[in-house]
Amino acid sequence: MKSWSLAAVAFAVALASSAASADDPVKLPCVCEMSGSGAVSGTNFHDGAMLAVKEINASGGILGRQIVMDTFDTQSDPQTSRALVQKAIDSGAYAILGTVFSGSTIVNMIVAQQASVPQFTGAEAPGVTQKHNPYIFRTSAGSQKGVPALTPYFKNTLKATKVAVAWVNNEFGKGGHDVFLGEMKKGGLSVAADVPSEQGQADFAADVAKIKDSGADAVFVYLNEEESARFLKEAKKQGLTAPLVGEVTLTGQKVIDLSSGAAEGALAHVGLATSSPDPAIQAFVAKFKAAYGRDTDHNGIKGFIAVYAVKYATEMVGKFDAQAMTDKLHGLTLDAAKYPGMILTTGWDADGELSRQSFMTQVKNGHQTVIGTVPAN
Amino acid sequence: MPPDVQRKRTMTQFLQVLLSGLSTGAIYALAAIGFVLVWQTAQTVNFAQGEFIMLPAFFVLIGLNWFGLPLWGAFAFGLAIAVLVLGYLFKRVIVQPMLPNGGLPLIIATMALSIFFKEGAKQFYGAEAQPFPSLFPQTMMKIAGATVSVQDFGNLAVAILAVVGLTFFLDRTRTGRAMQATAQNPAVAEILGVDTRRMVLYAFLINGALAALASVLISPIYLAKFSSGEGLGLIAFIAAIVGGFNQIKGALAGGLLIGVLDNLTATYVTTQYRAALPLILLIAIILWRPQGLLGVSEGRRV
Repeated sequence: MKSWSLAAVAFAVALASSAASADDPVKLPCVCEMSGSGAVSGTNFHDGAMLAVKEINASGGILGRQIVMDTFDTQSDPQTSRALVQKAIDSGAYAILGTVFSGSTIVNMIVAQQASVPQFTGAEAPGVTQKHNPYIFRTSAGSQKGVPALTPYFKNTLKATKVAVAWVNNEFGKGGHDVFLGEMKKGGLSVAADVPSEQGQADFAADVAKIKDSGADAVFVYLNEEESARFLKEAKKQGLTAPLVGEVTLTGQKVIDLSSGAAEGALAHVGLATSSPDPAIQAFVAKFKAAYGRDTDHNGIKGFIAVYAVKYATEMVGKFDAQAMTDKLHGLTLDAAKYPGMILTTGWDADGELSRQSFMTQVKNGHQTVIGTVPAN
Repeated sequence: MPPDVQRKRTMTQFLQVLLSGLSTGAIYALAAIGFVLVWQTAQTVNFAQGEFIMLPAFFVLIGLNWFGLPLWGAFAFGLAIAVLVLGYLFKRVIVQPMLPNGGLPLIIATMALSIFFKEGAKQFYGAEAQPFPSLFPQTMMKIAGATVSVQDFGNLAVAILAVVGLTFFLDRTRTGRAMQATAQNPAVAEILGVDTRRMVLYAFLINGALAALASVLISPIYLAKFSSGEGLGLIAFIAAIVGGFNQIKGALAGGLLIGVLDNLTATYVTTQYRAALPLILLIAIILWRPQGLLGVSEGRRV
């Protein structure tokens, strides 16, 4: 008799606990660089995403369920990020937000792919979308799409014939560097100096001296945020007069702040410009400042739209099915007029590569200023 | 390009790299000098020396941003806190209790201290790099085509002044000679009436001040960040050994040498493996001249 009632109780308890309540929160963990050399990018990505989470939760969540975003600090280390993606998946993630660093994403996206969990990354190295991973989605175009936008600028606007390349020796830098060299070859420009540097490098005296000595007309600078600041300071100190042109990082606000005035005049092609006069972008920048008391950079926008992409795609599917959402996103374009959380009209292809309008910027009076727009390609 | 123009260009580049190297090397030298001083006087190998140089920058930033002090006030504040925490407290709380247990436990304790300081800075101030104001104006000068900043000269001048001042203090003043006596033979010094505990304290206080100085000189270039201690600590250690672990001027030579060679390697040999140079130098010195370039061979009775 007792064993029967015991079994009955056990059965009832099991039944009750296995029933997923419609009020269960949906987990969107942020596996991002909160410390280490990527702290600037990761923190902005994280804070942008959190802003979106709060907004969506305040207006009812996704299909009535509130979003919970736990933070997993990768410390900018690829191996750590890989372990944390696994941990996030084990804790019941619906989708993963992050990582920003390309070197980390290349390593950890395999884990999400094997678990069939969609992942929204801020990484820009070409390799990320060249592995035919159906679960990876970018929040900013890869450098293989961004860098070619610079070729007409170097050739026609700057009228350069010899260029120098300063690049960081990691997945991000190598990707941009290789694309750039290919582009220069196509455009008939010669590369007078090819100067790699290390992530976390502090001393750029030798790098700048080499570039100066090469007599290049213009310099392509493709480094992470802190190194960009140090490079700019050294370039100013040694009197490097050739225009410094970057892709995404060089004219970021943090770089401007850290370089104490040395960033003035630097140019960059960016996928997202927080300085763009576009009203949707300005509204976001104001929202971010009101929430966190500081200016953000493109990574804040990336984190923000990642969460909204999950919301919109899930609502289109009508239920919480990660596979269905993933399939929906491939080939989808979200018009910013109908889907304001995306800020700009955004689309993804079958490999998760992103398509969106971009900008040419320059640092004027200590601020990133948009000097032109580039249509989506 | 005509050969004489090319030669001038190459000379200019060499000069540029040499001067930049001397400037950074001067800061490495300050770190190495403090390291050697503490070793000589108190038999303490301080593996937290890198973090000792990272931390005072944050004290200055706290003075500037939290207490709203003017620039020089913040520097003085940073120096005072550095001398107190990295000098007095370090000696009292870490070294004094651990030293009776022997050299190795103390070394391990300093390793733990380095982790504590690093994570503490990250936790309490932040993980991102911070801009740091420079002690010197940012004016540039041209010397034979190379651009040198007042900052570069300033760094070198400060390092040389520190060495000269310290050597003068140690050789010509009573207290300094008492410190030397304590370093050479503490037991006999004690018998002769030297207050050895106070001499040891002075060594730590001076190290705290030197670390604060190095911090304030290097942070404008490297940016103040919780992780800057890692590289600096290793270089200070290597500079001290390469130059001569038992000579102050050896530490100066070692620091300058590493600064210059690092820049020369990065310019003319390889950028990817530039970090290997100090380590190769270390191995070479230990193999062929273990007392360091300027060090004095120390025999040991077994």
